[in-house]
Amino acid sequence: MSAWTPNPKELAKTPSLLTPGHRLCPGCAASVIGRLVLYACPGPILIAHATGCFEVATTIFPYTCWRTSWIHNAFENAAATVSGMVEAWKVLQKRGAVPSERVYFLVFGGDGGTYDIGIQALSGAFERGHDFLYVLYDNEAYMNTGIQRSGGTPKGAWTTTTPAGRVIPGKPQWKKPIADIAVAHRIPYVATASPAYWMDLMRKARKGFEVEGPAFIHAISPCPRGWRYPPEKTIEVARLAVDTCFFPLWEYENGEWRLTDRSLAIAKNPDLKKPVIEYLKIQGRFRHLLKPENKHIVDAMQQTVDAIWEDLLKRCGLA
Amino acid sequence: MTAITKKVEQKLLGLNGDEAVARAIKQCNVDFVAAFPITPQTIIVERFSEYVANGEVDTAFVCVESEHSALSACVGAAAVGARAFTATASQGLALMHEIVYIASSLRLPIVMAIVNRALSGPINIHCDHHDSMAERDACWIQFYCEDAQEAYDTTIQAFRIAEHPDILLPVMYMMDAFLISHTMQNVWVLPDEVVKEFVGYRKIPEVEIPFYGKVPFAMRPNVPLTLGPLDLFDYYYEHKMQQQAAMERAPDIIKKVHDEYAEISGRRYGDGMIVPYKVEDADIVLMCIGSTAGTARVAADLARQEGVKVGVLRIRSYRPFPAHQVRELLKGVKVVGVLDRCGPYGAIGGPLYVETCATLYHAKERPLLVDFIYGLGGRDMSVQDLRGIIAELVDVMRTESPEPTLRFRGVRE
Repeated sequence: MSAWTPNPKELAKTPSLLTPGHRLCPGCAASVIGRLVLYACPGPILIAHATGCFEVATTIFPYTCWRTSWIHNAFENAAATVSGMVEAWKVLQKRGAVPSERVYFLVFGGDGGTYDIGIQALSGAFERGHDFLYVLYDNEAYMNTGIQRSGGTPKGAWTTTTPAGRVIPGKPQWKKPIADIAVAHRIPYVATASPAYWMDLMRKARKGFEVEGPAFIHAISPCPRGWRYPPEKTIEVARLAVDTCFFPLWEYENGEWRLTDRSLAIAKNPDLKKPVIEYLKIQGRFRHLLKPENKHIVDAMQQTVDAIWEDLLKRCGLA
Repeated sequence: MTAITKKVEQKLLGLNGDEAVARAIKQCNVDFVAAFPITPQTIIVERFSEYVANGEVDTAFVCVESEHSALSACVGAAAVGARAFTATASQGLALMHEIVYIASSLRLPIVMAIVNRALSGPINIHCDHHDSMAERDACWIQFYCEDAQEAYDTTIQAFRIAEHPDILLPVMYMMDAFLISHTMQNVWVLPDEVVKEFVGYRKIPEVEIPFYGKVPFAMRPNVPLTLGPLDLFDYYYEHKMQQQAAMERAPDIIKKVHDEYAEISGRRYGDGMIVPYKVEDADIVLMCIGSTAGTARVAADLARQEGVKVGVLRIRSYRPFPAHQVRELLKGVKVVGVLDRCGPYGAIGGPLYVETCATLYHAKERPLLVDFIYGLGGRDMSVQDLRGIIAELVDVMRTESPEPTLRFRGVRE
């Protein structure tokens, strides 16, 4: 596999397949992630999209932000839809109905469409081994319907269905380990990514496109509306997620685990690892956790983050 | 089926309905088949997988993890321009429901075989029409076949109808569980090359895109074709009207394709929309869909031997519904017994009865109408049962009263 390095100067001159003019909220990370992933694509591309903010805000009829062919089927079936696209395309190539050059198939899905309602179709598509890259932009709740908890919402977070109540202060459960679930399918490539570490994200997207078979990228996608922070802080929040090891950057390739970019630096120099509270305190969705009576929740979150990080170090042979 | 002179040499094979469908799919240049097992449809995908495993077809055959994904994958395949097929029954169709509407709204000419099976609960694997009746408003063309031969013939016609540039709607065609799907029958099979020539490959029509001009109506890299966008109160209704317009054009295309097919096969099913049997001089008509039509014809003939003029009217195309023909054909008929293999649950009758009532409302002369619910969960409907129904209809004719208009037949006391 080629060691591709993005050239930001060149890429800045290239028009993106995702055009400006979309109606995502200011500060939404989804379009940032989308653009970076599209820049990393080595050739012609077809896109399938699960229902969600990104889908809705980029395709309000009669407008579209997509310069290539794009399909939205339903909420839970983007991976099944792309299965049909990939396998049908091969037959059409064999029959000479479409050109023989390699076409890359990309799926965008949010956390609801991936962790929850879409996991069956995703798991099935992984098992069958179709050649596609699935990018999960994880804004950690059903943002499109107004911030309801999902399997991707972290413990302690306020959402409109896990309000910070007097008895139950936010979501009681931890995030589902979705990328680990992808790895458990033994697909060729799985990675986590953050738009704050955008070179890392693009390199991973490139690998995801290039491998043959399913690839999965789990990108953290801060949401100013749902996470309750000012829109200009998106990249800062995305960076703190990594710097606190709340969302470590890693990749799984050919059966091997590797830490990448900032997370690798933290592994080499643990002094760089920031406490989780730094990540929590700049987001309104965790504000209630700053009350003294909820300190035990923050402590529990720090413990979980540390335990997951230690486990990850072991998997990467760095413990 | 009415046989006319056969133009093409055909083979007579012993096939059940499922096998007949699999055979036809093999002959139809299908690019993509999504498969998920459900009784009594499973034989279709089992047979087809044998063709795949033995290299007899080069179709992309994907065994998905649910029926929801089966139809979703067909949507993806058809969206890139492939000819796509899947088959299901009962719970499988119910699970697909969401995507059934999406497939027609995206104007994807998917073809789907349905083996009519009762819906849970309680769970039951035998025939009734609840499953496909639940999809009658989804803007799919819907055919109900009478036997394995018609299932074979309808498969081949379905692609031509669905893919016609004036239609571009998906087609589902129905076979009664076990009565057709698992019942061995002599089926005339056309030569491969004749079917291949009849269906051709799927042709992709062009659409006009602002700034790009004409592009194929199929996903292509660097062509900004956006399928399935957010469509609000300002455009949704117009898009739905386009579906309505396509459905209004469908009867002509259905009849034309049916005629063309009859030319080569020698087989006709009425005019392709509706199949009348001895209706012209009938006082009493049994109206039905599916495999019961054959039984009804036997009962009608027996009644005629006793001097009661009975005819049978089978609806082949339930969507679009041949309302005009029903009105014309029932002129002068005194009593119609509608046979519904589907529960009425709070309605005035089963779906075929409700449809027929509405159809006849605007007729100048209306026959008396009685609805007979029958055969739920695979309960048998024999010639004897139908003779009993005819006797009731004779009473209705004599007393000139259809009351009660909703009757349940074949229920154990």
